Amino acid sequence: MLAPKPESNNETVKIMSIHSERPLSPHLMIYKPMLTMMISMMHRITGAILYFGALFLVWWLAAAAAGPEYFSLVHGYLTSWLGLLVLFGFTWALIHHLIGGLKHFLWDTGAGFERPMLEILAIFSALSSPALAVVVWAIAYLVR
Amino acid sequence: MSLRTPLNDAKNHGSAHSGTMHFWFQRVTGIASVPLTLFLIILGIYLTGQSNEGIMATLKNPFVALGLIATVIVFAWHMKLGMQVIIEDYVHGKWAKYAGLLANIGFSVFIALVGIFSILKISFGA
Ligand code: HEM
Ligand code: HEM
Repeated sequence: MLAPKPESNNETVKIMSIHSERPLSPHLMIYKPMLTMMISMMHRITGAILYFGALFLVWWLAAAAAGPEYFSLVHGYLTSWLGLLVLFGFTWALIHHLIGGLKHFLWDTGAGFERPMLEILAIFSALSSPALAVVVWAIAYLVR
Repeated sequence: MSLRTPLNDAKNHGSAHSGTMHFWFQRVTGIASVPLTLFLIILGIYLTGQSNEGIMATLKNPFVALGLIATVIVFAWHMKLGMQVIIEDYVHGKWAKYAGLLANIGFSVFIALVGIFSILKISFGA
């Protein structure tokens, strides 16, 4: 038995309840795109990129384990311009997801949901991750 | 009239049918990923531009090897949990969903096993 549905003259709720007994939360296409929403999507997208990026990390480790010949070959791929581009993208995604994760931990405490703070956090995660990714690569090449 | 509470009607109707522990382990593995990610980035910086022999010597260092094993385990666990949520959100066909969830477990276990085995082989063999 379902609990009685609340009285509503909201058209959307009525239409949705034709397809399902339970009301559905409205999804993305209903809202106009906003920065906070784009950044929320980026957390999921970077998570998915890292998911498949883990394959590169493990491939590289397996190559190192396989012996010097195969390692040189893989090392060559990864230090080609395409390989470096992929690795840079991976660094960017990792740092973006890291900052986004820290933001989630802040939210988990119940803080950071107020209007100016929410926007500041979104702008911060958008700008800090490419900047930090560039800093990491700059350091890597400067201290080599 | 029903004597069931509204909570009872709502329970287990989410797309995953369960969740608190999942949420919690997503946080725990996420928190553990922070120092491990910093470790990985610093290792990457340190290895950039080194010869292959230098890279192998660094990977053989027991502390580096332990750090890498921890990283592979925590990442594999965290990414399994994360991809599970994505599949539960977007894949709605019953069989497609279970196929996706199984593939996710397979992929994550594969990552963990190959990663750990490779690090151990570098440390002890080859
Ligand atoms: C047919 C298409 C889609 C369906 C049916 C769908 C459905 C859903 C559902 C059921 C949730 C969970 C809502 C919740 O737990 O409150 C969700 C979350 C989400 N969706 Fe979609 N979705 C679709 C397309 C997309 C696309 C194309 C994107 C991004 C490019 C996207 C981004 C997200 C994000 C980022 C979340 C998680 C929000 C968060 O937890 O922070 N979705 N979606
Ligand atoms: C760098 C440190 C990391 C932190 C702090 C972190 C934190 C988090 C948090 C808090 C969530 C949950 C977000 C939510 O509830 O909506 C999450 C989701 C996720 N993470 Fe991570 N994570 C990290 C690294 C990684 C890595 C290395 C991978 C992949 C190899 C990964 C893959 C994912 C995936 C696939 C999701 C699901 C995304 C979603 O549901 O929208 N994460 N992460």
